[in-house]
Amino acid sequence: MADTMSATTHAPGHAPEKDVTKRDFLKLVTVSAAAIGVGAIVWPLIDSMNPSADVLALSSTDVDLAPIPAGQAITVLWRGKPIFVRHRTPQEIKEAQDVQPSQLIDPATDASRVKSGHDQWLVVVGICTHLGCIPLGNKPTEPRGDWGGWFCPCHGSQYDTSGRVRHGPAPANLAIPPYAFTTDTKIKIG
Amino acid sequence: MAGLHKSEIENPVLAWIDTRLPVITLLQKEYGVFPTPKNFNYWWNFGAIAMVILGIMIATGIFLAMNYTPQKDMAFDSVERIMRDVNFGWLLRYAHANGASFFFIAVYIHMFRGLYYGSYKTPRELLWMIGVVLLLLMMATAFMGYVLPWGQMSYWGATVITNLFSAIPLVGESVVTWLWGGFSVDNPTLNRFFALHYLLPFVILAVVFLHVAALHVTGSNNPLGIDVKSPQDTLPFHPYYTVKDSIGLCVFFLLYVIVICFFPNMFGDPDNYIPANPLATPAEIVPEWYFLPFYAILRSIPNKLGGVVMMFGAIAVLFVLPWLDTSKVRSARFRPIYRLVFWLLPVSCVLLGMVGAHRPEEPWLTIGRLATLYYFAHFLVILPMLGRFERPLPLPESISQPVLRGGGPLPSHATAQTMEKP
Repeated sequence: MADTMSATTHAPGHAPEKDVTKRDFLKLVTVSAAAIGVGAIVWPLIDSMNPSADVLALSSTDVDLAPIPAGQAITVLWRGKPIFVRHRTPQEIKEAQDVQPSQLIDPATDASRVKSGHDQWLVVVGICTHLGCIPLGNKPTEPRGDWGGWFCPCHGSQYDTSGRVRHGPAPANLAIPPYAFTTDTKIKIG
Repeated sequence: MAGLHKSEIENPVLAWIDTRLPVITLLQKEYGVFPTPKNFNYWWNFGAIAMVILGIMIATGIFLAMNYTPQKDMAFDSVERIMRDVNFGWLLRYAHANGASFFFIAVYIHMFRGLYYGSYKTPRELLWMIGVVLLLLMMATAFMGYVLPWGQMSYWGATVITNLFSAIPLVGESVVTWLWGGFSVDNPTLNRFFALHYLLPFVILAVVFLHVAALHVTGSNNPLGIDVKSPQDTLPFHPYYTVKDSIGLCVFFLLYVIVICFFPNMFGDPDNYIPANPLATPAEIVPEWYFLPFYAILRSIPNKLGGVVMMFGAIAVLFVLPWLDTSKVRSARFRPIYRLVFWLLPVSCVLLGMVGAHRPEEPWLTIGRLATLYYFAHFLVILPMLGRFERPLPLPESISQPVLRGGGPLPSHATAQTMEKP
């Protein structure tokens, strides 16, 4: 058939049963280098689909708490999601703190859901943990359910003044977004 | 079961696939063992390089399209957002824009290789013509792609080139209105150019498939221009030419990456960083460098329709090249006159490119006219005549013959086996 050179080279994948040859080493090094090259090309393509700088810039929201009187709540937009910021009255705080975690569907203490020294501020993601509707209860005129927190009109889930689920079908408490107090009256979410 | 392919693959999973759709056998046949002339030089590398660049252009293009907005008020800003905010967006954009230039560099060299070594001659005429179709598709794609950033040069280049079609007698104006989708280059034009710019590369991909298929029917040409006479004249494509092509690809890629990383705007026009303004014409309207020779031909004819006809004629003449060149000898290596005359063509193309970059004033106008004259004379007068009057050098008996025992001007110990039967 073809000349002698190709006879020995044309043996792809059939490594000789004897020792590893220099050729095998060279093949390995070449293929590895090529694989690294392909990876170096593919990674930027894939990473370009990750959130871009402008999306990341919108990934935190500052909220001024001063205009919110006790008993009121506002809704702010953070990463495309509604965030409830509620200024709790002392009575609402006490109701939340007095609950035994063992009574809860999703046990959690009130202290774990607020920042210490700022008990009156409850910041939760306003998305029902059942199927994603936005619960009612921010305005005093809206139904707040039997525990004074929020009531989801879609399937009847109810949350208390700490945003914990008290009546299903929701399985979990309203999520707490990452936030921090930058001053006594300002928070930065995300 | 009748019709099932009898696969010779060892691996059971691959064999199962291959029996039902013999893609693996096909790849092994066309890119594995495929008998390739053993005397290829590096000029034969550029077809493979072009194919790789096509892949890069499609990949970068798809990811760019995820972030680009084809609407006239948002297009320019969406490109700037890609450059500034999208992860590696700057790399995608520069790779895509410079990839277009490198695609044309590879393809022009690939074509000149064909012209020098007679790769367009029988039986490869159709292969050559498919190649010219690919060139046309590339030019259309590149033209529309350049409009998308909606800079000054995007807008005005589009205006000038689409206006050319008004030179068509009777229906010219209607054709231009139809192309524009309105009464000037505007949002409908941008939108449709985006749709077509996304489409055409896949058409190019399909025609590349035809191009390679046609090549595999005839087999490749080689620097000697003589047919393969026996298997001893050939080598299996893998590993010889997979490796050789990889080397060439590495060199080409290195140049490409140097441009992307250090001179990313070298090929571009600074005016395209100014958002399109329909009320302000730039001082110079210049296409990208790969269109400059055609632009020069267009402007060298004082008549509008004449210029358009000659510009398209420059490509038409390539189409019929297999029938213009009357020489029976393929490779310029054995054509002592053509071997020298050939070089006048790339020189005139470069000259035309320089002319295209300048305003149509003296001395460029005269240079351009002379170069245009030469370009057409080369194909329509010189090539037909040369075939008749040139005395070719004697061709070797075969590709292997110069290295066989007793053959060719080589030291006597440097011989291979005697030639095998075909």
